[in-house]
Amino acid sequence: MKRSKTMELGVGLFMLAGILGLLFLGLRVSGLAFSPPGDTFRLEANFANIGSLKPRARVTMSGVTVGRVSSIELDTDWYDARVILEIDRALEDRLSRDTTAAILTAGLLGEQYVGLTVGGDPETLGDGDTIRDTQSAVVLEELIQQFVSNMISD
Amino acid sequence: MIQRIWRLGRRGCELLEALGRSGQFLLQSAVGVPSREGWYLWLRQMHFVGVLSLAIVLVSGLFIGMVMALQGYTILVDFGAEQALGQMVALSLLRELAPVVAALLFAGRAGSALTAEIGLMKATEQLTSMEMIGVDPLRRVVAPRLWAGFVALPLLTIGFSVVGIYGGYLVGVEWLGVFEGSYWGNMQASVDFVGDVGNGMVKSLVFALVVTWIAVFQGYDLIPTSEGISRATTRTVVYSSLAVLGLDFVLTALMFGEFS
Repeated sequence: MKRSKTMELGVGLFMLAGILGLLFLGLRVSGLAFSPPGDTFRLEANFANIGSLKPRARVTMSGVTVGRVSSIELDTDWYDARVILEIDRALEDRLSRDTTAAILTAGLLGEQYVGLTVGGDPETLGDGDTIRDTQSAVVLEELIQQFVSNMISD
Repeated sequence: MIQRIWRLGRRGCELLEALGRSGQFLLQSAVGVPSREGWYLWLRQMHFVGVLSLAIVLVSGLFIGMVMALQGYTILVDFGAEQALGQMVALSLLRELAPVVAALLFAGRAGSALTAEIGLMKATEQLTSMEMIGVDPLRRVVAPRLWAGFVALPLLTIGFSVVGIYGGYLVGVEWLGVFEGSYWGNMQASVDFVGDVGNGMVKSLVFALVVTWIAVFQGYDLIPTSEGISRATTRTVVYSSLAVLGLDFVLTALMFGEFS
């Protein structure tokens, strides 16, 4: 009976270690934070070109992550891309109505993300509002084309 | 010529028969109400296949993490991207290496032992005697081993990942001087709990099922001679390694293969 007690203890410790390991993988490795799902609000922004922006991309403000892209779809009224953003609840009714959204690139070859810059309007953006002032992704081919056409016209 | 076709046909029939037998066998032994005694039997097997496999799995995990950090660093430093070391180590461990290598080690360490044990029980007619005294060998011998395997391998895989990531940290941060914040920070930014950790766990559950099933069935179905036992043990390791590697490709294609 005594032998079986130590065995039970060993198996118990083994399973506990497994659960703790999973916790480590969740918290430390995948950076999971226990945030309830309801603490974000939605903003929409229309971009003429989103480049290679993907759902789940970061939304930042002065470099601080404040939300993420929840979905991207084609707006058939205007034929541009409608990007739905999920922003921290703490920023609801705190962003001015003339906030601008730009699609930026992290580093030279990095992933694309949305950068927000606040304006000066006293009116603020609430849940479901649309950001009017947007700046599309920089597409390298278009830049080169502009450069070449400027060279020719000179 | 006719002789060859006939032989091929017989092989095919035998293969199908064995597959059918093993499926029936899995269902019969995995289903069943666990009694209090059954729980003790499971505990004992858990100790054998889980706790005692811990050493080899953790040591391999540590070394694989360390080697990956070293190799990754020498490549990434050429592009000035050694900050991405953490995410490289973590993603390759969680998605591929931990489930596959842990399953291979498990097949060699625990699977072969299960086959040999059950095979020897069969060869010495212990299984038949159990049936004679009214004890179902599938529930008494096979079921605890199957369930212990199902539970133990995913836990071992978690241990492998954790130790591997820590090994990468030791080499990358402590030895080669990657900035600690970027090691963990880039890892947290790129690893998705459901998409990477979760899919890795699904993989290791599937591997646990396949490896334990093969091991136990090979033991139960062997020809009860000393040669039969040695052949079945070899077959367990070969079949389960091939099954794990093949299934890994299929599962990876299903989980990470969509080009969205």
